[in-house]
Amino acid sequence: MSTPETKRGGLPHQPPGNTLGKENYLNASRGFLSWALTLDHKRIGLMYLVSILTAFLGGGLAALYVRTELIAPGQTLGDADMYNQAFTLHGAIMVFLFIIPGIPAALGNFVLPLLLGAKDVAFPRLNLASYWLWVCGAIFAVISLATGGVDTGWTFYTPYSSSTTTSVIPIVTGVFILGFSSIFTGLNFIVTTHKLRPKNMGWFNMPLVMWALYSTAIIQVLATPVLAITLLLLIAERAMGIGIFDPALGGDAVLFQHFFWFYSHPAVYIMILPAMGIISELIAVFSRKHIFGYTFIAYSSVAIAIFGFIVWGHHMFTSGQSDLLNMIFAALTFSVSIPSAIKIWNWLATLYKGSISWDTPMLYALSFIILFTIGGLTGLFLGMLAVDVFLHDTYFVVAHFHYVMFGGTVIAFLGGLFYWWPKMTGRMYSETSGRLSAALIFIGFNLTFFIQFILGSQGMPRRYFDYLPRYEFYHQVSTIGAYITALGFMVAAYSLAMSLVRGKLAPANPWGGNSLEWHTTSPPPLHNFEGEPRSDDPYDYGDWKWDDSVEGFVRKDAEATA
Amino acid sequence: MSHDHDHPSYLQHHFDTPEQQFTSSKLGMWLFLATEVLMFGGLFCAYSVYRGNHPEIFMYAHQFLDTKLGAINTVVLLCSSLTMAWAVRAAQLGQKRLLPFMLILTLAGAFGFMGIKYIEYSSKFDHGLLWARAYEPHEEGHHGDDHGDGHEAGAADHGAAHDGGDDHGDADHNGAADHNGASDHNGDAAHEAAAGDHGGEQAEALPDGVLEILPSGLKVEKSTIAPPGSAPSGTVLTVSDDGHGEHHGPEPEKTKVFFSIYFLMTGLHGIHVLGGIVVIFWLLFKSLGGAFGPEYYTPVDLVGLYWHLVDLIWIFLFPLLYLIH
Amino acid sequence: MASSTDGKHVPHVVPLWILIGVLAILLILTWATVAVTSFDFGSNMNLVVAMVIAVIKAALVVMFFMHLVWDRPFNTVIFVSALAFVGLFIILALLDTGQYQPTMIPGYTAAGGVVP
Repeated sequence: MSTPETKRGGLPHQPPGNTLGKENYLNASRGFLSWALTLDHKRIGLMYLVSILTAFLGGGLAALYVRTELIAPGQTLGDADMYNQAFTLHGAIMVFLFIIPGIPAALGNFVLPLLLGAKDVAFPRLNLASYWLWVCGAIFAVISLATGGVDTGWTFYTPYSSSTTTSVIPIVTGVFILGFSSIFTGLNFIVTTHKLRPKNMGWFNMPLVMWALYSTAIIQVLATPVLAITLLLLIAERAMGIGIFDPALGGDAVLFQHFFWFYSHPAVYIMILPAMGIISELIAVFSRKHIFGYTFIAYSSVAIAIFGFIVWGHHMFTSGQSDLLNMIFAALTFSVSIPSAIKIWNWLATLYKGSISWDTPMLYALSFIILFTIGGLTGLFLGMLAVDVFLHDTYFVVAHFHYVMFGGTVIAFLGGLFYWWPKMTGRMYSETSGRLSAALIFIGFNLTFFIQFILGSQGMPRRYFDYLPRYEFYHQVSTIGAYITALGFMVAAYSLAMSLVRGKLAPANPWGGNSLEWHTTSPPPLHNFEGEPRSDDPYDYGDWKWDDSVEGFVRKDAEATA
Repeated sequence: MSHDHDHPSYLQHHFDTPEQQFTSSKLGMWLFLATEVLMFGGLFCAYSVYRGNHPEIFMYAHQFLDTKLGAINTVVLLCSSLTMAWAVRAAQLGQKRLLPFMLILTLAGAFGFMGIKYIEYSSKFDHGLLWARAYEPHEEGHHGDDHGDGHEAGAADHGAAHDGGDDHGDADHNGAADHNGASDHNGDAAHEAAAGDHGGEQAEALPDGVLEILPSGLKVEKSTIAPPGSAPSGTVLTVSDDGHGEHHGPEPEKTKVFFSIYFLMTGLHGIHVLGGIVVIFWLLFKSLGGAFGPEYYTPVDLVGLYWHLVDLIWIFLFPLLYLIH
Repeated sequence: MASSTDGKHVPHVVPLWILIGVLAILLILTWATVAVTSFDFGSNMNLVVAMVIAVIKAALVVMFFMHLVWDRPFNTVIFVSALAFVGLFIILALLDTGQYQPTMIPGYTAAGGVVP
């Protein structure tokens, strides 16, 4: 992350509130170690951002490999083993290295203390440790790849994972370490939220993204340890043969799935909740309207976090779980749709009669609402016991999962990235390329995955290397969509990269938001704020007015723009 | 210590007051303890599942654990918990000589615990009472010769020198089904064969019991589930009280899983004790340098919480593993 | 934790007699839990008795050694919710495995064969 630094004391055409070339967190200290050992949450956030985007690139290439392989029946690029490893790699990288740390650890790390008006997170060293643990985990994933790859799927189901000859142990160790990285982030966020709020900011004066990050952190702390023990047991199963999960030694393979999904279902909410938080911000700011139903959105985040723990069995309807538990979990599963729907309706109500501006983050936010609604509603099909028996392990599940994880989380991540980019770097990206990226990704995504609902309902099983000729058309459309999506990502990357080189200098508040990160300069100084930030209702935009000379929003009482 | 004005040396820049820093650290520590509880919770879950469904193996196998040593270890750990709490008190009161003394006593307890654990573990190793794959019970330690160090083979290279599996090892190309009718001890060997040879191509070979794989991926299977009435022996068992007390009664199936659970639970707990030893040593060195006093004793307090949690887990492990009736 | 208005941290010191008294009770309970194994309360009752004793011991450690009784209530909330989630996990897993147990095939292997 190198920002051009010319002479100290300012750049030409520098709006007030922009600190490039002056004192800011990017130039507060120099050299590799000043980044590698930094305790500054903003720098850690940026390091996370670069790292997870690298992982995203790797996972994305694996996805393109999978889609290209499937463009025609039979072998296209490599053999079936290669295919199995590619989809496992795609899943494992995207889930554990990208989506889970994506919003909380990269964007969240950057904005959470700013949103609270705090100088840093509560435990800066733990934060740095979390980052380096992520790097360790990533190294183990690479080791696993170098020692022959893994073909278990990202779920590592026993007894296959305890008996396959591929290198399961390195990647499982990697995921184990990543779990601790995630726990540390969550722990830090909970304590920061409790202890470092400004005195006049009550729980219900926090921006909604804080509620989302807080709920996410609860799940990270309460669920991830169970993943840790699951993976330890799996390692022990392979290395020592403990027979807890391996039926050949007297174990119970379904028990592994209970262990795995006790974490991994809540983990789905680790992925989606912070995305919902970002959307709450974007929708309100770009409609220039107070968020509708603040308390409902806030409580629904917590409700999703709690409900997320009692529905894990819906992943196991067809894998030997008993009828009794199938029915219990099916019934409970529907409860999750209530808080999710509450959020959707409140966002729509916020949009209603708002003065909507079609900036890039807003386009992503609107994409999110459409795609997440489709993803959420198709989830109801899968939660229904009788229907799931037919749809389970087909492309319907693949499509549903990607509508929520990609159409939901990744889209919101991009929205948040474009939204906070001026704050992070002090530069504006080009709206034209930004909007183009949003449009391309939206079109490409739907082309890739909507057709997979049809494919799945016609019986195409997931994770298959080969298929019958009658599915070929659907697969081809899906593959073309994947390439359009990839093009969209390239445009987004181009847009952000070019902004660093020749982007306009960003004002302190380009969007007119009123949460505290917009009260400080772009980029912020090392300790985030000059003086005590004044917190008020984060969704009251009345104090800010557009100023053409700044090309951003300034406070009406003017004295607050530094 | 009278310079407790704006920013004492131990106060980090992003906290306003020592009180805020202290309560933040405490909150963080309790959250960490929550993660520990959940991590061990997974093992307690595995324990409950096996004990709930196969109580007979616990009835039978716990007799091989030494209750006396377990009880002594409980006492040792409880006492070290007291000395740790006392150490926190000493730090709070600024008793700079008592604090290192109490930490040393705590360490003594920790080492005592690990020593006794070592005695217990070695006796298990001598008798081959190990986790499932390495489980080969036999009388006092003549395991060097014909038994070929079963546990090491099981742990290191996948069952290379597995006794009893030799004559069956050649049959592995014929699929695991060939092992039908072999004696109990060959379960491991057959598993190795199945694991080693099938690798990635399992989907291609039709598994035993599957008649056909349809293009849609659905398998048409022969019923692999035993018909009602002929439930496999060993799965639905009633507990007979008179099994208790006979030291070498008939061994229930899956007894080896008990020892897996025993080693996992006590092993993970032992690793936590070792971790505790490391951090208490660190505290000891800091306290000898006079780092802690009434204003700042957070590390002592937090390590104390950790140490009590380790004690807490043992309080449950002891009756669950050693005191089964 | 006693907190003062000026942000200075004032520690809460646990009286020595409480610490030693708690240890004494813990040791007595340890003796008791070993002693009761020689009585037969019926197979499940023995487990219940052992667990009740263990819970009492654990509560004593948490409340006094870990001074949770004098600590901020939210820390208790955290600890109790951790236990509650463990309980949830165990209960649902136990409920399920108990149901499908009779249908399990002993010695089933990944390759699809059955080892007796």
